[in-house]
Amino acid sequence: MNDEKTLRRSPLSLQVDLSKFSSADFEPASEEEKSQQEVMSESVTFFRDGMRRLRKNPLAMASVVVLVLILLTIIIAPMIVPYGYDEIITVNGRRDKTAANMAPFTWSQMEQQYIDDGGSLFPHIFGTDSTGRDYFIRVIYGARVSLSVGLFASILVLIIGMLYGSIAGYFGGKVDLVMMRIVDIIYSLPDMLMVILLSVVLKEVLGTALQGTVLDKLGSNMVAMFVVFGLLYWVGMARLIRGQILTIKENEYVLAAKCLGAPSSRIIRQHVLPNCLSVIIITTALQIPSAIFTESYLSFLGLGVSAPMPSLGSLANEARQGLQSYPYKLMFPALAICLIVLALNLLGDGLRDAFDPKLKR
Amino acid sequence: MSEEKKYVLQVKDLHTTFVTDSGEVQAVNGVSFNLEPGKILGIVGESGSGKSVTAYSIMQILAENGRVTSGEVLYNGEDITKWSKKQMTGFRGKCCSIIFQDPMTSLNPVFTIGNQLEEAIRLHTGKSKKEAKERAVEMLKLVGVNEPAKRVKQYPFELSGGMRQRVMIAMALACEPDILIADEPTTALDVTIQAQILELMQELQHKLGMAIIIVTHDLGVIADMCDEIIVMYGGRVCERGTADDIFYEPAHEYTKGLLRSIPTAGNTHERLQPIGGTPINLLNMPEGCAFCTRCDNAMKICLTQVPEELQVGEHHRASCWMNVKQAMEEAAK
Amino acid sequence: MSNEYLVEVKNLKQYFPVRNSKGKLVPLKAVDDVSFAIKPGETLGLVGESGCGKTTVGRSLLRLYKPTAGEIWFDGQLVTDKNMHEHRKEMQMVFQDPYSSLDPRMTVEDIIGEPLDIHKLCKNKAERRERVLELMKTVGLNAEQATRYPHEFSGGQRQRIGIARALAVNPRFIVCDEPVSALDVSIQAQVVNMFEDLQQQLGMAYLFIAHDLLVVHHMSDRIAVMYLGKIMEVADSDSVINHPIHPYTESLLSAVPIPDPKIARTRQRIVLEGDVPSPMNMPQGCPFRTRCRYATEQCAAECPTLTDRGNGHFVACWNR
Repeated sequence: MNDEKTLRRSPLSLQVDLSKFSSADFEPASEEEKSQQEVMSESVTFFRDGMRRLRKNPLAMASVVVLVLILLTIIIAPMIVPYGYDEIITVNGRRDKTAANMAPFTWSQMEQQYIDDGGSLFPHIFGTDSTGRDYFIRVIYGARVSLSVGLFASILVLIIGMLYGSIAGYFGGKVDLVMMRIVDIIYSLPDMLMVILLSVVLKEVLGTALQGTVLDKLGSNMVAMFVVFGLLYWVGMARLIRGQILTIKENEYVLAAKCLGAPSSRIIRQHVLPNCLSVIIITTALQIPSAIFTESYLSFLGLGVSAPMPSLGSLANEARQGLQSYPYKLMFPALAICLIVLALNLLGDGLRDAFDPKLKR
Repeated sequence: MSEEKKYVLQVKDLHTTFVTDSGEVQAVNGVSFNLEPGKILGIVGESGSGKSVTAYSIMQILAENGRVTSGEVLYNGEDITKWSKKQMTGFRGKCCSIIFQDPMTSLNPVFTIGNQLEEAIRLHTGKSKKEAKERAVEMLKLVGVNEPAKRVKQYPFELSGGMRQRVMIAMALACEPDILIADEPTTALDVTIQAQILELMQELQHKLGMAIIIVTHDLGVIADMCDEIIVMYGGRVCERGTADDIFYEPAHEYTKGLLRSIPTAGNTHERLQPIGGTPINLLNMPEGCAFCTRCDNAMKICLTQVPEELQVGEHHRASCWMNVKQAMEEAAK
Repeated sequence: MSNEYLVEVKNLKQYFPVRNSKGKLVPLKAVDDVSFAIKPGETLGLVGESGCGKTTVGRSLLRLYKPTAGEIWFDGQLVTDKNMHEHRKEMQMVFQDPYSSLDPRMTVEDIIGEPLDIHKLCKNKAERRERVLELMKTVGLNAEQATRYPHEFSGGQRQRIGIARALAVNPRFIVCDEPVSALDVSIQAQVVNMFEDLQQQLGMAYLFIAHDLLVVHHMSDRIAVMYLGKIMEVADSDSVINHPIHPYTESLLSAVPIPDPKIARTRQRIVLEGDVPSPMNMPQGCPFRTRCRYATEQCAAECPTLTDRGNGHFVACWNR
């Protein structure tokens, strides 16, 4: 048998050029040598991995730069520019009536005279508006208002949507059924109508109650808008989170936690929410621009902040009147809205691609 | 008969890479094999061994980030890696078909079985609608689907997993290809259904005479049905030979370890002898033999040089430095 | 005498309400009247095809589902909803899928430490860390891997993490739900060996659920074969594998792929015709009769019960 085998094949020694090798090559390798070949790759957390991918996305990184610049501007500019958003330009304590509707980087007669007399003034970078207020600072404040409305509205939506969605998703069954029918009903309400109705009603109800508070400056319209966001816009978030939780709940690690005796609250907190965190962050990032849009839109219709507080939308609305003669007045707030919304959208997309590649179409 | 004509499919030094976020992955690293008409070839390996990628490279159905970087795939002597997209569309289905692991997702849920079968038939043969319909029923009968005339009107979700896999086979064979590639055809199925499908594939092979490539991780599946078995590890071929060669005279340390580690009827009351270590990380491959980090008999040369393939039996070849060591000892005598 | 068995399952039923094609709610009998018992330190293998209810048995046993009917006794004590929290320290589970059974956002230390937190088994952080590292050592993981995340590990290593988590509460009984079927062949043996070593060291009992008969045979002292929610045959593992009585066990055995070409070529396969019936639409009488070679009228009329055929070999069949 053995002989037969050796006959059948050509001897191994004839197949290779044995002179290439030395017997040292065939000594057993030590465990150490073996393990040198096997290096466990560097520990990467989920977050760092996502950030690495995000940094590779040029559009998202450009958006981050734009957003940081915008943020810095709206924080620092009011400290440097000596004009107030609701302050009509005065020269030497006298109201400057000629300072209305000036083009960017121009001076009114009084200001020119003041400069000629040796005084120095801060330039009107975007010119002035029809009542003689510095337009640049108004746009800056408008962006402040728009951004904070967007941010707070999104946070409001996030909190309500997350609580509602996670309860419905986790407990499922009848609870889920009832909660989701409520969501369906809310979905069917026309949101614009609700804003208009609420702002009328709230003006009556809140009229005096707000006086003296911070909210007074924003006006009852703004409060109405937050209420509407809080009442209506969370449904999308709630649905999304419920869906996420339904899939996460099916994972065996949730079953494992149950098996270990973990109570529901712990399972939601420790396992379910952290695992839909990426979706929550991404959706919130995409919710901000949509809230900014809604705010601008409502302000444009005259349902937003009350004068003299500006928002990007109400500025655009005011600019409408002199559109033929002063087109740049519409351009500045419009451009600001575009930049902010575009940057936030691109960043949101970038975040989604980086942290949750599955969500990509 | 010339060398080229003898084989229906020849794969020569195939290299396939995937570009991933963490770097380039060499999934298939110089695989070669020949397939004669009407033979059954088994490719065995664990996940990450490159066995499925080899099959996909032949069909040119790699994921977007994958690319055949070098090597030839000769179909009846013609290099199909140089074919146009249009030629490849003709190749798939008509010359070479593939069935996948998961019969649940490889059928379109919104069309009936009949629709999908007819479409596959008409795409390649130019038969009329009526002829295609008849052929569809005939194919279903061939793969052992009961009441085929009724089944053509059903949707995939109405069939069980085993039935769906039969439909997939019918679809793959509808245009009488020369080669059938079965990528883990029974992994998603139960043992009793697995037995049915394997039996069916052998039976169809006898009837229709096509060549079959079975890709699997389960040594048991291919023990009794393959003419040749290729064992892959880390994108390379470790060993190739007949079933008897591989199972009774394994000549690669990986194959030996694998055979030792599986429970059989014979070693029930003994402790299993597992292969140590963790599976290869394709991003971080050893310089030498891919298996060296897990091999009990690893030698210094294994860590630095890739072993070349040696003939150890009539149809039996293996790439393991242990064989060269043996040759050294032979020569010393 | 009541303590001869560690775990006793009596007439366990687990039905799930599902809607049939007509939209009516019908019970899906995932587990239908299953009884078995496991002695301390023993391994009972539970085999069957997908959808036969073997996973459900394991999960109902640990009250991950609320059983429809039946009793579960642990160490002579009836397990109820009220005392289950305490029993969770005694009974644990290892899951099938090493990828979805570990929370991807937690470090290995936190995953293994979770049962310690839930049952407040450690007084302080240092003690918890010490215990986690000890458990990691038990299952063959390095201490420096404690701060890593599950996705950095291979399937086999992840399964070790899952086992360490189950061991953290010092259980006396572990349900192993297909713990090796998702692993590569070359890794399966490592995990199988570890289960055996742990049993020898710690004396736990296992319910080892799997569809791979060869692995189950290797692991188990006794084997129970399930088909459509019912146990068909129970006996010590060698009798089931070498001298099966039930026709289903026979055909199951003959279908198992054997990694040995000579045996594979010569053996006679009993290829079962047809598919497993849907559990929503179970045949009357014996559930296996639609695919059984020996089926008679009696099989259709009445469902056979498990009867002793000597030496503790129980079979539910009229004809064998």
